[in-house]
Amino acid sequence: MDIQALKATARQVRRDIITMVAKAGAGHPGGSLSSTETMVALYFDVMNVDPKNDKDPNRDRFVLSKGHSAPALYGTLCERGYFGREEFDLFRQLHGILQGHPDIKKCPGVDASTGSLGQGISIAVGMALGAKHTGNKCHVYTIIGDGESQEGLVWEASMAAAHYHLDNLTVILDHNGMQIDGTNDEVMSLGNIRAKAEAFGYDVIEVADGNDMQQVLDALHTPACPGKPRYIIMNTLKGKGVSYMEGQVGWHGKAPNAEQAEQALKELEG
Amino acid sequence: MEKKAIRVAYGEALVKLGENNEKVVVLDADLAAATMTNGFKKAFPGRFYDCGIAEADMVDIAAGMSTMGLIPFCSTFAVFAGRCYDQIRNGVCYPHFNVKFGFSHAGITLGEDGGSHQAIEDLALMRVLPGMTVFAPSDANEVYQCVEAASRIDGPVYIRTARLPSPIYDPRPFTVGKGNVLEDGSDCVIFTCGIILEHVLDACEILKAKGYKPALVSFHTIKPFDDQLAREYTAKCKKVFTVEEHSVIGGLGDAVASAVIGHGVEYFEKIGINDVFGQSGKPADLLKEYGLTGPQIAERIMKNL
Repeated sequence: MDIQALKATARQVRRDIITMVAKAGAGHPGGSLSSTETMVALYFDVMNVDPKNDKDPNRDRFVLSKGHSAPALYGTLCERGYFGREEFDLFRQLHGILQGHPDIKKCPGVDASTGSLGQGISIAVGMALGAKHTGNKCHVYTIIGDGESQEGLVWEASMAAAHYHLDNLTVILDHNGMQIDGTNDEVMSLGNIRAKAEAFGYDVIEVADGNDMQQVLDALHTPACPGKPRYIIMNTLKGKGVSYMEGQVGWHGKAPNAEQAEQALKELEG
Repeated sequence: MEKKAIRVAYGEALVKLGENNEKVVVLDADLAAATMTNGFKKAFPGRFYDCGIAEADMVDIAAGMSTMGLIPFCSTFAVFAGRCYDQIRNGVCYPHFNVKFGFSHAGITLGEDGGSHQAIEDLALMRVLPGMTVFAPSDANEVYQCVEAASRIDGPVYIRTARLPSPIYDPRPFTVGKGNVLEDGSDCVIFTCGIILEHVLDACEILKAKGYKPALVSFHTIKPFDDQLAREYTAKCKKVFTVEEHSVIGGLGDAVASAVIGHGVEYFEKIGINDVFGQSGKPADLLKEYGLTGPQIAERIMKNL
């Protein structure tokens, strides 16, 4: 897909995020806005997926390990054609398909139910291992959070990914540097995350600006390193695209009011 | 009577299953020599995945593998069900993935390793999960049936096995969710599950020798539970006893209680681990310490007949 079109789609997904979170009066805008470029690039340019055949066994898989960024995934899936915009009205509401966290049983296009942090990456490792086992040529992508990386399971899964030489797996770190209670460094420092990922056996790529579509595309299109799982550090900005949310810890899991939402949507006009 | 640890039967059953179903893969967390999955590892090295000492990772890896059309069997000690409970709940049961758990060394008859390793809560943990099938087989023949049945169920299944060698009984009819009447009687009914059956049978013999007519019903399936059979025998016998090598909270006793309440119960008593942790010791000594030998069970029952 043309880069201008991808950028426009990312802008539209950001509008979707604001729309659904504001309407629900709940949700996680900060980490959704930081990971938008990655999800749009994956679903519109990188992954082999077909919304009309969303259970195709040979499709590429995506696991949103940081499941609370569901609004970005829902916006992306909707723009890609998995379901209609009317579903946004029932985001986080009774009988809606767009649950607070992604639910494989309810939402088309979702490959794993996530939300309990640390689990998505481990499930993605299992998918990649299962794909190797069955000779399925698909590629498995997962987005993890930096706060999420405080979970031990992230590292158990990483060890297994390297042990089983899962070069059909790409782990993407949405590195916005913030979590609920503050910055990563205030809550539980990640230390040298690049060195940690390398030490765990990943082939590591670092993207200086994970909200720059071209940089994101270049990283995601880099050919796999045979025998090694890929780890991409996307340095992103929490709340990207909405001036009053950018770099603000407080917008991790808070919905904008009507006035704030209106301002955000204005800022996100093309 | 010939004895075999039901964990050994589990290992044998996996090999047999592996021969007949190439979708079956086996995962372990560095306990293949104890959970007895090493037989499968030897027979099908390309279908065995060691996850290292990382039970949580094993469960979610199995979850992911199941989405590729495989049927993963995960094994570790039953006591670690708690350690990977979030993964069993959210990673497997919430999406209703097709993952099986063959967890061994359950109960106090694990013995010498002590209370830190004696699972007395696993049935309670598993029963409460929506969509989970829970098996607690009482001998090798039931284990073979449970493993085979698990492979045919589309969804999560828990199979509780044990370390201690226990008697192999003549094969009984096996239907998932159905109990088996081992002794018909009218003075009281004893409901049980798992390898404690050996001692419950002893207790029955003692009761009969004293002139009582106890009914005995064994359940290999704890969920879905055979409410109908439990009610039938409760209505018939009125006095109900449950015996299990598990906490009296949340296990078989509570499954029976939920089923039979309001169905003619005159007396109800749960015999099991009475809300305490276990300790190191020889299995026989531990059974005595916790009141689970045949004579002790018989005595408790006779007090209330």
